[in-house]
Order: sequence, then structure tokens, then C-alpha cells
Amino acid sequence: MYLNQFLLLSAALFAIGVYGVLARRNGVLVLMSIELILNAVNINLVAFAAFGNQLAGEVFALFVIAVAAAEVGVGLAMILLLYRNRKSIDLTQIDLMRG
Amino acid sequence: MSTSTLFAATSGFDSLTGGEVMVAQNIAFAIMAVTMLVSAVRMVTTRNVVHAALYLVIVLAGAAGIFILLGAEFVGVTQVMVYIGAIVVLFLFGIMLTKGSFGDDDGVDGERRSMAAMVGALVLAVMAAALIDTFRDAELSRAQPSLTADIGDLIFSQYIVPFEAISVLLLAALIGAIVVARGD
Repeated sequence: MYLNQFLLLSAALFAIGVYGVLARRNGVLVLMSIELILNAVNINLVAFAAFGNQLAGEVFALFVIAVAAAEVGVGLAMILLLYRNRKSIDLTQIDLMRG
Repeated sequence: MSTSTLFAATSGFDSLTGGEVMVAQNIAFAIMAVTMLVSAVRMVTTRNVVHAALYLVIVLAGAAGIFILLGAEFVGVTQVMVYIGAIVVLFLFGIMLTKGSFGDDDGVDGERRSMAAMVGALVLAVMAAALIDTFRDAELSRAQPSLTADIGDLIFSQYIVPFEAISVLLLAALIGAIVVARGD
């Protein structure tokens, strides 16, 4: 197996996640796209861990998973608050601080 | 299938040569990669939010398979437990609690979509060019699967400080999420 096949898969997933973050208007879907990006990063970390025969990459992948869990918890709480206050989670309507 | 043929099949599996293992790994990788990419594209383009969450499950399961293919079994199992077991459930609850707030979000903002697609394509092109140029034919050595015990040793010796920081972060995020989402 080449290292590049994993890195390119990860790059493609990352790009799809970036598209999702930029294009979707639903707050929950934006959070899901962020999860996609974090997963692409994890694939990179584990692929390099296997490439260099070191475990540090896997340890950091575990840390990223933990941080992702925390991020989803807070993010969904914010989206729920948004929904309660504005009856909508359309991110294009959140323009209170627009300059 | 009789016992003898079953036994022959398993013993044949044991005597796979290195080349055959490589082919099997590449086939497994190809199947998982195609499934993940198709599901990821469907996830960011589908109109139904619940379907998007279910496509996310396929992508996450594919990533777990990739981890196991890379010999990182503990990360793969953690991926299944934390992501598919917990985070996706959290997403489904989030979708349920905000259901009906959102109509179809297609057909609106075509310009926004094309710009996003352009940014995504540019990111992919730049990263692919850099990766292909740098790791042209770097081979993954057929490494041994990493031992969970070694990961545990590493976390609780060298990475003990980030580990403790992560646990405090999780606690803070938990309390923060409760405070933010609490209805008064």
C-alpha cells in the first residue's frame, strides 16, 4: 500500500467537508461537515503513524476524537439555543453582527 | 460446505503470501474509499437532514475500516464507539429537536454553492498536487498492528498532560453544553 492513497482519500474527504461547511445553510449539517473534516485529519494522523512506525499519531487521533466529541456537544447546544430563540437554524439568517 | 473444505479454506487463508495480502489490502481499501467518498458527497448534497446523518455513519464506519487496515485497531474501535455510538446519536437528537425549522435548502443560493464547490476543488487540487509531489511512491511498510497496551503506556506516560487536559476539556464542554442548552 502506498502512503499517498490514504493521504489523497483524506484530502478528498477534507475538501468535501469544506464544501459542506461553506454551502449548507442548516446548522446541524455544518456541524456534520466539520466532523467529516476532523475525520480526514484522523486518517492522515493514523496513516503517518503507520508510515513512521510510531504510535504518537494514533494517540493524537484519539485526542482529536475526544475534542470532536466535546465540540459536537457544545455546538449542538448552541444550535438548540439558536432554535429556541429564533425558531430557525438557517445560518444565513444569523446576521446580527454583520458589518 | 463440509468440514474438510472449510478447514482447507481456512488453512489456505493462513498461507497467503505477502503479495496476495497486498492485493487483498488494496481491494479492501478501494471498496472502502469509494464507499466513503460517495457517501460523503451524498451527505453534503442531500436535502434530507436525517439521511445526511445516516450517510455520515457510512463515512465514519469506512474510516474505522481504514484505521483497522492501517493496523490501528484501538483507534478503529474508539471510532466506532465514540463516533457511531455517541456522536451520531447526538446529531440525530439535534435533528429531532430542531425538526420542522427548516424547509428544503436547495435551489437557493446557487452562487454560494458554486463558490463553495470552487473552494473545495481548489483545496483538493492544491493538497493533491503537494502530496503527489512529496510522497510520490512512499510505501507503507507492512507494519505489525499496533498494540493497545503500547498506546495505553504512551498515553499514561509521555502524553499524560494532554490526556488530563482533554479530560478537563470534556468536563468543561459537558457543563457548558448543559448551561447553554438549559431552558429556563
